Amino acid sequence: MALDRWIALVILMICLAYGYAAFFTMDAALPPFMRHNPIWPSTFPKILSVMAVLAALFVLLGFEKGAEDPKPMDINYRRLTDYKLGQALALLALMAAYALLLRPAGFLPATVGFLAAGACILGERKLHILLPVAALAAGVVWYLVQEVLGIFLSPWPAIVMNGG
Amino acid sequence: MLDGILIGLGTAFSLTNLLMVIGGCLIGTFIGMLPGLGPMSIIAIMIPVAISIGDPSAALILLAGVYYGAIFGGSTSSILINAPGVASTVATSFDGYPLARQGKAGKALTVAAIASFSGGTIGAILLMIFAPALATVALLFHSAEYFALMVVGLSAIAAFAGSGQVGKALLMTLLGLIMATVGEGALFNMPRFTMGIMDLQSGFGFITLAMAMFALPEAMYLVLDPSRSNSGSGSGEIKDLRITREEARAITPVIGRQSVQGFLIGVLPGAGATIASFLGYAVERNIASKEEQEQFGKGSVKGLAAPESANNAACTGSFVPLLTLGIPGSGTTAILLGALIALNVSPGPRLMVDEPQIFWAVIISMYLGNLILLILNLPLIPYIAKVLAVPRNYLIPFILFFTLMGAYIGQNNATELLILVGLGICATVLRFADYPLAPLLIGFILGAMLENNFARSMQLYDGLGFLLERPMTVGLLALAVLLVVLPSYRARRARLRAEGAADAD
Repeated sequence: MALDRWIALVILMICLAYGYAAFFTMDAALPPFMRHNPIWPSTFPKILSVMAVLAALFVLLGFEKGAEDPKPMDINYRRLTDYKLGQALALLALMAAYALLLRPAGFLPATVGFLAAGACILGERKLHILLPVAALAAGVVWYLVQEVLGIFLSPWPAIVMNGG
Repeated sequence: MLDGILIGLGTAFSLTNLLMVIGGCLIGTFIGMLPGLGPMSIIAIMIPVAISIGDPSAALILLAGVYYGAIFGGSTSSILINAPGVASTVATSFDGYPLARQGKAGKALTVAAIASFSGGTIGAILLMIFAPALATVALLFHSAEYFALMVVGLSAIAAFAGSGQVGKALLMTLLGLIMATVGEGALFNMPRFTMGIMDLQSGFGFITLAMAMFALPEAMYLVLDPSRSNSGSGSGEIKDLRITREEARAITPVIGRQSVQGFLIGVLPGAGATIASFLGYAVERNIASKEEQEQFGKGSVKGLAAPESANNAACTGSFVPLLTLGIPGSGTTAILLGALIALNVSPGPRLMVDEPQIFWAVIISMYLGNLILLILNLPLIPYIAKVLAVPRNYLIPFILFFTLMGAYIGQNNATELLILVGLGICATVLRFADYPLAPLLIGFILGAMLENNFARSMQLYDGLGFLLERPMTVGLLALAVLLVVLPSYRARRARLRAEGAADAD
């Protein structure tokens, strides 16, 4: 089974779960005064879930023939290991790490670390250029966000900022 | 209408707004030139900046400037290094890149710039004529018709998705609508489908979703396939920007035809700049003379001018449904709609009545944006093109960083970043399997409005009675069904007939 039909199967599962929630779990919690309303919070989701299940089945059962030849600009997922899969996964992990470290480590250290580590993952080895560039960029973005846009971004690690 | 134009001139020519257009065009050209970053990603990244400006006209002018700039930048990279940043400039590279290989890069860029300028300007004039007329009609609409109209828009987007894609596009639209129901809507004051997770209480963030659907998969594709960002190669000298009188005479009718055709295609929801540019190229090749047809694909100025004017006119055309009906026809206008809602402006037929300065300022700024691209960016192109030499090792971490910052500034919440990464992975997998992602975002943005209008008509008519009492609603809904069913029915019949013919052999 091709990837697009596997995805349709996953989406079908999600839609079934969503439909179950809409049809069977939402109406019980409805306050009595809202029961006279012609539309309930679950009305629209019910319609959506039915239509989405039908659409997912349509794709899953392959009623529609897709274009056979892959487009020149696209990546052939069947040969995913031919591409730089390791780098992509490492960068995704790095992004998750950045999300988790942004608050505790502070914006400046986290960002410099992210930019430097990201470039290293991609194969950059000239640290004497990379680190100043990353530090400069982090500083400029922090200044723009904090001072120009006026959105607070804690620059240093939480321990330093809160005075130990 | 004259009052409106004057108001628009007044607003657009204020110093701040002029700076917004210039800044937007420059930023757009810069980033749009980077291979793999399309207008959608750039606008998504710029939204937090635009929202923090506060003034809706200025914000919209900035974003619109970024939009034209990005398209212009995208054609530059397709011409110079044969790396179209967006699908709509793929047709540009057919004849643009051969010209650049022949050492006529400067000429190719000039033709592209003139064609874009004319396409954009003619598009803006048509927009000025069409939009008010359409808005007058749209003012007669009730919530029931609105609901039906949005359904038509959404199904048209699915119907124009291309052969073999209608089912997938429809599924993505519905998934977007489903995602829009997560969280506490204004309608019922109760949280829905949050699964008890606090961070989902306010629903998915629209900027987060936009980043996850467009910017992140683009960046992942760049990482996976280094040949997509073959920056540095072929960035030869750009000199001699002039074109000859004969060339000018050859491209004038092409530009005229393709601007009008492109605009009309752009108005249709879901069709957009990509179809306009390919169709423009095909039409011009078919009506060209025999010896000119030989030139197409080998560096014909006509073949370059056709897709360029068509895609710019289509971009302008896509503003018509956005400004008059509040229904976005493309991913980019959907992102703009999201930005407008965040700025407390609701686009739609009332926009021209309630806030004419926004409406007209945007239209006037379209002329300005096109003009700036022509007189400011064209001479600067040799210098801006240096950005193509930025090494990939630096480029990609920065793209990822700006993607993360965009989501973080919008929500000020670190969990949002994890949601962004998770959705981004899903979006990349969906792109592997050739699922179109723009319908999901359009569905997501229209979801709340669709449900509101549906609920309002249900309440007004105490049930589904509005379907019977308003013939226009029924008509529109029938059109929506027809739009979705017809292409797959015809494709199926054609396939069956083809198979039958094969069996008979």
